[in-house]
Amino acid sequence: MTANAVPPSATNRRPFAWGSPLTYASALAVAAVSITPVIYVIIGGFRTTPQIVANPAGLPDPWTWNNYARVLTQSNFWEQTFNSGVIALGTTLGVVLLGVGAAFVLARYTFRGREALYTFFTLGLLFPAGAAILPLYLMLRDLNLINSYYAVILPQVAFQLPLTIVILRPFLSAIPRELEDAAAIDGTGRIGFLWRIVLPLSRPALVTVGILAFVASWNAFLLPLLVLGDASLHTLPLGAQNFSSQYTSDTAGILAFTSLAMLPALLFFTFAEKQIVGGLQGAVKG
Amino acid sequence: MTATNPHLDLVGGATAPPTGRRPARRSPYRAAETRRKWFEIIGLTTPAVIVYVMFVLVPMGFAFYYSLFRWRGVGPPTDYVGFDNYVLAFQDPIFLDALRNNAIIVFGSLLIQGPVALGVALLLNRTFRGRTLFRLLAFVPYVLAEVTVGIMWKLLLSDAGTVNALLQSLGMGGLVQAWLADLDLVIWTLLFVLTWKYVGFAIILLLAGLSNVPQELNEAAAIDGASWWQTQRHITLPLLGPTIRIWMFLSMIGSLQAFDIIWVTSVPAVRSLGASATMATYMVDNGFFARLWGYGNAVAVILFVISFVAALIFQRFLLRRDIQGAVTGRAK
Repeated sequence: MTANAVPPSATNRRPFAWGSPLTYASALAVAAVSITPVIYVIIGGFRTTPQIVANPAGLPDPWTWNNYARVLTQSNFWEQTFNSGVIALGTTLGVVLLGVGAAFVLARYTFRGREALYTFFTLGLLFPAGAAILPLYLMLRDLNLINSYYAVILPQVAFQLPLTIVILRPFLSAIPRELEDAAAIDGTGRIGFLWRIVLPLSRPALVTVGILAFVASWNAFLLPLLVLGDASLHTLPLGAQNFSSQYTSDTAGILAFTSLAMLPALLFFTFAEKQIVGGLQGAVKG
Repeated sequence: MTATNPHLDLVGGATAPPTGRRPARRSPYRAAETRRKWFEIIGLTTPAVIVYVMFVLVPMGFAFYYSLFRWRGVGPPTDYVGFDNYVLAFQDPIFLDALRNNAIIVFGSLLIQGPVALGVALLLNRTFRGRTLFRLLAFVPYVLAEVTVGIMWKLLLSDAGTVNALLQSLGMGGLVQAWLADLDLVIWTLLFVLTWKYVGFAIILLLAGLSNVPQELNEAAAIDGASWWQTQRHITLPLLGPTIRIWMFLSMIGSLQAFDIIWVTSVPAVRSLGASATMATYMVDNGFFARLWGYGNAVAVILFVISFVAALIFQRFLLRRDIQGAVTGRAK
């Protein structure tokens, strides 16, 4: 992104014969397809169910805050937001901690079996989480972890590790060897080097990896569906799904709940978009 | 979001830049350092290895073991049936429907999302005011949780829902459909929802890839008199090759596992008839909810093997070049 944003000359020269109105028209069409349904849901939350039944495609008349107020005060919305937050933070922390440890060793140590270890981790990219869900449930049941945050956090960390290591390793390898030597001359061991130099230098990569883990966890559905039977532990996606199947006739309420459930992800992404695209840019280098 | 990375090196073993090798010399000091080095290596990698082995590798092994039994999930499995569960699965027309639906989703996603995403990415890669905002808007569907997307479209597409009402009021009542209840139509409706949701991911990847195409090449082509279309066709597209192939790989693996949106959007009754089932929903319906654990695990193994083989084939024939390019051209 930066590469495109930087040279203003490219903007002014406009060497291509493609009219600006056409560009805007197409861009507007794309934006409309992407967000019209979302806007419909958010606005629909301001209507009453009879209004919606009478005219599904209309505007609120009058606008009512009642649905949103109801979801925020009467449903388990806050509890579920809290659960989602704890699980997503736990997952992110676990992934980054374990991922950095392994990626650092794979990037900065020379030892027999290093490439084998790397291949071993990358093999995990071929293990679809969906396929492992049934035995995973059975194992967590035998470990007495069902209905706990760990039942979601631990498998999520495990399945996110391969990708994390694959993204982090090149970053950590790219840190110049001179820095490591300088640290060694100053009497810093490799662990000190990791802590004081590598971690601060690789912060962009760590943030990218962390965001990917956080968003994946925040949106996760299948694993929580199976291992969190206890309603007080439900995450937002489970809550949204239950709300919509429990109050099928309360269309306005479902729309309000759905809007509120999508809000955190939208805000989060708006702030982190540059980071995500920037982080991927290094990764998809051709 | 797996592996947006050309080092998708799953069989070969990538070579990291050498960390520099010190001559091995036997001395007490060296021995102490070697011991210390191994201590650090083991200390730093063990937690990751344990979690990874325990929650990624071991479950797949157990899945195969359980799949050889008729088992309701209570007590240890004892009723050994060999490969009967696999035979049963391939004799069940509902499972065959699920396979067909997965195939529709895999190829439908590739054929529709690819060209659409490419067009949008080329558009949003042009420099114009407000581009950042338009990019953000185009990514919105991808950011939303699968469940919210599913609930949303389920409401919009229900029989008395907004889509039908809109068609009616626009005088196109003839197009009104039972989008999610019509057994022949539902999988295509779901394919549309999946496309709406995931095309943003392809756009993100392609934009990241596009930003790596050197601006100088475009300028040089323009100087030589190439039109915008010629530039895209002969310069941008070939350079995007690796990104496109990685997206295809990720899209394929994701489509084979499709679960969340299918589960939330489609009605269980329609799913149980096979019209909207996928391998993953079939597996969860039979294994978890119907408590046919042995059978469900057999389906899990089938799903795993299909994904694994597809990934290996893809890797072998399409990604190989990208990996070599990535390894040699990585110094950055």
